[in-house]
Amino acid sequence: MEWAFFIISIIPDLIKGLLTTLEISVTSFIMGLALAVMLAPARIFAPRPISLIARGYIELLRGTPLLVQLLLIYFGLPSVGIKLDAYTACILAIGLNSAAYQAEILRGAMKSIPETQFLAAESLGMSTAQAYRYVVLPQALRVAIPALVNEFVTLIKESSLASVIGVVELTRRGEYLVAYTFRALEVYVAVALIYFVVCALASQATRILEKKLMIPGYERGVT
Amino acid sequence: MTPRVLVVEGLKAGYGDRVVLRGVSLSVKRGEKVVIMGPSGSGKSTLLKCIVRLVEPWAGRIVLDGEEVTSNSADLRRIRAKTGFVFQQYNLFPHMTVLRNLTLPLEVVKKLPKKEAERKALKLLRMLGLEEFAHKYPLQLSGGQQQRVAIARALAMDPVLLLLDEPTSALDPELRYEVLETLFEIARQGRSMLIVTHELDFAEAAADRLILLDNGVVIEEGDPWEMIHNPRTERTKRFLVKIMRKSISA
Repeated sequence: MEWAFFIISIIPDLIKGLLTTLEISVTSFIMGLALAVMLAPARIFAPRPISLIARGYIELLRGTPLLVQLLLIYFGLPSVGIKLDAYTACILAIGLNSAAYQAEILRGAMKSIPETQFLAAESLGMSTAQAYRYVVLPQALRVAIPALVNEFVTLIKESSLASVIGVVELTRRGEYLVAYTFRALEVYVAVALIYFVVCALASQATRILEKKLMIPGYERGVT
Repeated sequence: MTPRVLVVEGLKAGYGDRVVLRGVSLSVKRGEKVVIMGPSGSGKSTLLKCIVRLVEPWAGRIVLDGEEVTSNSADLRRIRAKTGFVFQQYNLFPHMTVLRNLTLPLEVVKKLPKKEAERKALKLLRMLGLEEFAHKYPLQLSGGQQQRVAIARALAMDPVLLLLDEPTSALDPELRYEVLETLFEIARQGRSMLIVTHELDFAEAAADRLILLDNGVVIEEGDPWEMIHNPRTERTKRFLVKIMRKSISA
């Protein structure tokens, strides 16, 4: 039973780390979403040079490891004069990376919105940008909720990479605890459990969000 | 100002290498109600969409309210804002209330202040007997109600010409009636309308002119009553028999 008491005793310390983990995850997720909302339509509607840039960005960030991107931003950018603290660097890296994934999620969701919605908006004299903002995007975001929550859960777990550059989040806290208690098994089990509980809660939020944002009358079927 | 709100000359259009319209010419006078009929695939819907360039014409000239729609420098958004388009499948925005469906274009396209847009939308909904649905969402309504809301949305823009693409054909017979009633009401108010429909009742009682389209060309045009009761060509006769049979069986 001693191990159980030990785990309970380190929980407060780990919770402090969890808060940093959540800060990083939430901030970089929002940053990613903000960028994705611009990247996705850029890929679909923008003139060729811009859509190619958007596509290039997405391919590049999805095609290289997040850890490498993080190291590049934290250790690489100072040689061109951009020096960021570890916390900012990891939010930036994770946010830019997540933007690429979220953009693809959103693009898929946009494709599921019938073309006729766009046609109706255009027939009323709306510009492409207005049709996107008022008609297509709000519907696409609803469709994308499950995939976006899934991306958020992934991001919570990936934020543990921040420990590599010295950000004291949940994983790093765990490492510290191991360093002076030498009880790696208990500490990492506790760390894993905390990640698990948080991710499970986030997944649960999908259903609540979906229900809350569901288009009234939708359950009767779409025309 | 021209007495004609719409002039179409030699319109050709299609999709890919499929030719749909092979040179259509027609015009609509101000206040005139014109019905277009034709077998499926004859290009009726494409014709309507070309008028506001929701489909790009291949050739020909379209002048709407004195403005050349087909010119390269045409301000399409302004042209579309002054026509109303009603789709067969209503195409309301499902994530907005009925009221918001009407006020959104008024606010973002016509730049009306929110209060004024709402006043105008509510007035129109009241006129069409739809005010009880103002705060409902489109998918909570029946098809007929949705289509009437779509008509209200188009009317809210004060269109110089109302384009209606088979507004009743997605509806069950008992729901068609309420939409038709709305259409009769609008026709009475003297709005210029170009309407693709197979509703013979509407063509006979409300339209000023009937145009028959087949295989991408106008095959006959004239007074609706005359054409329906004394069709001049064999082709017209055959076509009318076909749709009459359909509307009886429906």
